[in-house]
Formats: sequence, structure tokens, C-alpha cells
Amino acid sequence: MKKETARTVRAFAIELAIYTVLVVAYFFLVLNLMGQWLYRLELQHRYFYAAVAIFLIIGQAVLLEAITTFLIRLIRGRSE
Amino acid sequence: MFFPISGAHISPIYLAVVGFFVGILGGFFGVGGSFLAGPALRLAGLDWNFAVGTDLAHIVGKSVVAVRRHRALGNVDRRLGWIMAVGTILGAEVGAQAIQMLKRAGNVNFVVSVVSIVVYLSISTFMTWESRKTLLSPKGRSQRAAGKGANSKEDHSAFGPVTRAIQRLRIWPMISLPTSGIRAISLWTILLVAFVGGLFGGFLGGGAGYIRMPSMVYVLGIPTHLAVGTDLFEIIISASYGTFSHGVKGNVDILIALVMNTGAAVGAQIGAISTQYFAGPKIRLAFVPLPLIGAAIVIYTMISGHKF
Repeated sequence: MKKETARTVRAFAIELAIYTVLVVAYFFLVLNLMGQWLYRLELQHRYFYAAVAIFLIIGQAVLLEAITTFLIRLIRGRSE
Repeated sequence: MFFPISGAHISPIYLAVVGFFVGILGGFFGVGGSFLAGPALRLAGLDWNFAVGTDLAHIVGKSVVAVRRHRALGNVDRRLGWIMAVGTILGAEVGAQAIQMLKRAGNVNFVVSVVSIVVYLSISTFMTWESRKTLLSPKGRSQRAAGKGANSKEDHSAFGPVTRAIQRLRIWPMISLPTSGIRAISLWTILLVAFVGGLFGGFLGGGAGYIRMPSMVYVLGIPTHLAVGTDLFEIIISASYGTFSHGVKGNVDILIALVMNTGAAVGAQIGAISTQYFAGPKIRLAFVPLPLIGAAIVIYTMISGHKF
């Protein structure tokens, strides 16, 4: 049981480290590129901005879930 | 990091960490977590209107992650989720209108604060009584002993006789929910539960998962694991509606929500996976502190005059 727990914690730490690198890259690349565009959209086209906001948050959630699931499978060699 | 839409300077690490913790709560209990994320965004210096709208957008993202995981575990009843979303949206609109009426009467803060404290304390007291009674009953003890595995999803509640009486109400149209193991239940009962949840959400703020999730278990008789997953599914629909509505009014900084969601994506998965290791009554007992935290925040704002 303790061995299993230690393995889970170690796998989680590795996942978190890889994930952190990906997220930092995401902050600087995607948000910096999209920030000004979204800002102008929010000022000029509110309805379009609201629709884009939902699309972005759902799209990002699906992408992040896929990445974290992939990382889990890659590191543990099995699906959770 | 500067967020141009809201004009706020907030550390992205702070946002990701807040998202992470709220994500765990959401994935495990099936709540939006606005009672924590809202004040956390206010503490970071975001205006109240942006805190509410941005929090809703973040809830959509976090719920999508948690629902995908819960769906893989067989914890989502999509049919029930769609029906509940209709009732929730209608209730939220009525709740928002009630707030406008109280605003005109000039006593909105006092009334909302008192109502929310009573509601939060009632939920906590009832759930403590029910889950403890269930865990101490012979069926509850066998469920506890089962631990992780298929048996942990089998649910038993000390409130079961009342739930079964509610399910026996024959008010047309009757529908079946095979995923939740319910042969027949009145559509109106489901809509009423969702409406009341939405009403409190619109009235007290947030998604009111702290009311809807227990109501799904005690009133509709949905097993706790399915109530958590289905409530999250329902939250995606109703929070998307709220995000659009607040987005049009200029209350959503989607960049902040996207950053929060990076932490929430991990937290929500941890929370969702963790439900496998607990039986229904234990999840319900662990739920008890959430409304108490909500009540403590309201009491603090009433005493100190400080608005989150």
C-alpha cells in the first residue's frame, strides 16, 4: 500500500513538473499573442467576445484534460 | 502579469493555485466553488463585477475537465443534466429579479446575508445528521467496509424513505433515468429541484452547487457519485449561459479565467478521481464544511463591513 502511494506521489510530481513547463510556455506564448486581440474585441464587439470567451475556455479545458490524461498514461503506462 | 481587459495586475501563479484548489473541490463535490474563487479574486484586487463574471467563465472550464473525467468513471447522467439546466437557468433569472426588487427596497445586503446564513447552516446541520446516521446504520457500515471498488458507488441514505415517497408522486409527465437507476420520476420534481437551486444561485450569487448537489441526492434519490458528475455537467450549461450574459455586460476577463483554468484542470482531475475511493455517505459528510465556510464568509462581511 505504501509502495503504491509512493509511486502515485512520484508520478504526480513528474506530471506536475512537465505540466508546469507547458503552462509557463502557454502563458507567454498564447496569452501574450491573444491578449491585445481579446482586449479590442471586448471593447468593440461584446456579443462576439462573449461567444469567443466560452469557446476559448471550453477549448482550453478539453486540451488541458487531453494533455494531463496523456501525461498520466505516458508516465504510469496505463489509464487511470 | 497585466490583464488588459479588467486592468488588473495579478500573479498568474496565484491564479493557477486558486484554480487548483477550487478545481479539487469541484471535481470531488460537484460544486462550482464560487464561494472561494470569488473572494480570492477580490483579494487579488479584481472589481466585484469582474470577479463574478470571470469566476463563472473559470467554472465552465473546470467543470468541462471534471465532467470528462467523471464521464469516464460512469458518473454523469446527461439526460438529467439537460433537464436540470433548464430549471436552473429559469430559477437564476427569478433570483436575479428578486435581488433587483430588494435593491429598490434598499435592504438587499441584510436580507441576502441572513437568508444565506440560514440556508448554509441548515444544509450543514442536515447533512451532518444524515450522513452520520447512514454511516452508523448496518447498511452504512457494510458500505464503509466495502471501501474502494464497485460497491463504493452503491448508495444508501437515512433519508431514503422520504426520497422514495417523493419518487412515488405521480405528476404527469413521468420520465425514467436509467443511468441514475430511477425507473420513474415526475419531470416537475426535477425541474422544481433545479429551479430552487437556480433561484438561490441567482439570489445569493454563485452556482449554488452546495444546494443542488444535496437536493439531487435527498430529493431525487440520485446516487452521490452520479449527483456530483451530473451536477458538474449541469453547471457547464448554466455557467456558460451566465458567462455569456456577464460577457455581454463587460464583466468577464477571459484571460484571467484561462490562467485559473490551467491549475483547475489538474485539481478537477484529482478531485474527480478521488471520488472512486469514497462511499456516498463519506462524500456527503466531507461536504459539510463547504456551506459552513460560505456562512463564515457572510458573517465576517456582516461584522466587519468588508465586502469581498
